[in-house]
Amino acid sequence: MECVFGLVGDGFALVAADSSAVNSILVHKSNEDKIMILDSHKLLGASGEAGDRVQFTEYIQKNVHLYEFRNGIPLSTAAAANFTRGELAQALRKDMDNHLERSELKSLDLTPISVGIITSKFVVTTILAPSVGTAQPKGCIGNGRDSSIAGYDKDIGPSLYYIDYIATLHKVDKGAFGYGSFFSLSMMDRHYHSGMSLKEAVDLVDKCIVEIRTRLVVSPPNFVIKIVDKDGAKEYAWRETIKDAEEPTA
Amino acid sequence: MSIFEYNGSAVVAMVGKNCFAIASDRRLGVNLQTIATDFQRIYKIHDKLYIGLSGLATDAQTLYQRLVFRHKLYQLREERDMKPETFASLVSALLYEKRFGPYFCQPVIAGLDDDDVPFICTMDCLGAKELAKDFVVSGTASESLYGVCESMYKPNMESEELFETISQALLSSVDRDCLSGWGGHVLLVTPTEVVERTLKGRMD
Repeated sequence: MECVFGLVGDGFALVAADSSAVNSILVHKSNEDKIMILDSHKLLGASGEAGDRVQFTEYIQKNVHLYEFRNGIPLSTAAAANFTRGELAQALRKDMDNHLERSELKSLDLTPISVGIITSKFVVTTILAPSVGTAQPKGCIGNGRDSSIAGYDKDIGPSLYYIDYIATLHKVDKGAFGYGSFFSLSMMDRHYHSGMSLKEAVDLVDKCIVEIRTRLVVSPPNFVIKIVDKDGAKEYAWRETIKDAEEPTA
Repeated sequence: MSIFEYNGSAVVAMVGKNCFAIASDRRLGVNLQTIATDFQRIYKIHDKLYIGLSGLATDAQTLYQRLVFRHKLYQLREERDMKPETFASLVSALLYEKRFGPYFCQPVIAGLDDDDVPFICTMDCLGAKELAKDFVVSGTASESLYGVCESMYKPNMESEELFETISQALLSSVDRDCLSGWGGHVLLVTPTEVVERTLKGRMD
């Protein structure tokens, strides 16, 4: 039930994400921050299985920093997005090749969720593809993650990239993932126009959040909104309906 | 739903008189949801060679990056551009390398060779080449495309007529396929110029 969505406005890009950390029917916490600040002018909002999400976003963040240390200049948003896509694309087929060479299609480690069975139109045999869902064989980092990268470059301005969990990359003005996307994308199609001011954009985000809360069956109670503009990437606001209880003080 | 229908696509290429046209739809979807309506499926390899990649978008992007890499290396070593036939063999070899874990793409290759004779071909996801003298199609809308191209195509069309024909063929085929559409992108290539046009069709 994860919801991540983002849009590009006038001189800024905005990413909003829900903040529940869930394990099956249990909600661990409702103030989990799923939008990683990659560097001064980049945000990475990711959805997916908790451990994998954190590992993957931290991996991307550290590599973005490494580039800046090595080369003295930060990566552009497009470069960071393409780097992320490249890592995902590599991880996508890493275990698959190993499995297929060793076991010759006999004993694939297929997880029960989302197995694709492929029939090529020109070839008679069926080819089984391993799962590209969230429960991955070890060694595949970052699968099952949808992410969106928002960034601000001095020469290009704000941009938003949609990256699928199977490493489909596309530059968009508005994007969304998860079950919430069915509602937020439609709201954005109706109300979005290019060059929105920050106030208009946050109003639109609030409209989307209201829609998700009304219409999604197990809707997340809290959301976080982060923006990136010429002054940098920062947390803009939280939209909370459930606050964690205050720690008791002695 | 098959993995080839995950993103939805339609690509067609047609041969005219000393020219060719290659066209694709613009929808990027995830199963039933449309993510974007401006997705690029046709890529330029060099001025007279274009490849349209239908099927799974992530594999299309990966495959395109690998092909550009191989072509740039070829240009550095041979100091010339690749011929379309050679490029088609390269694509076929790259695809067959992944025989037991393929790229889920069906490329459509269209180019003008050194004598400006148009060349088109398509292949399946394992690299089985299909050369044609008239038109080639691929993608989720391929069955409609076959029908429409067969009825509308005439040999030796001039470039303007070819553009009309391929546009009408693409738009009417994607109208019958829910997974592709949202406009079209047509490239018309003659020995002297390349004309790129965006079509507005039914936006649904």
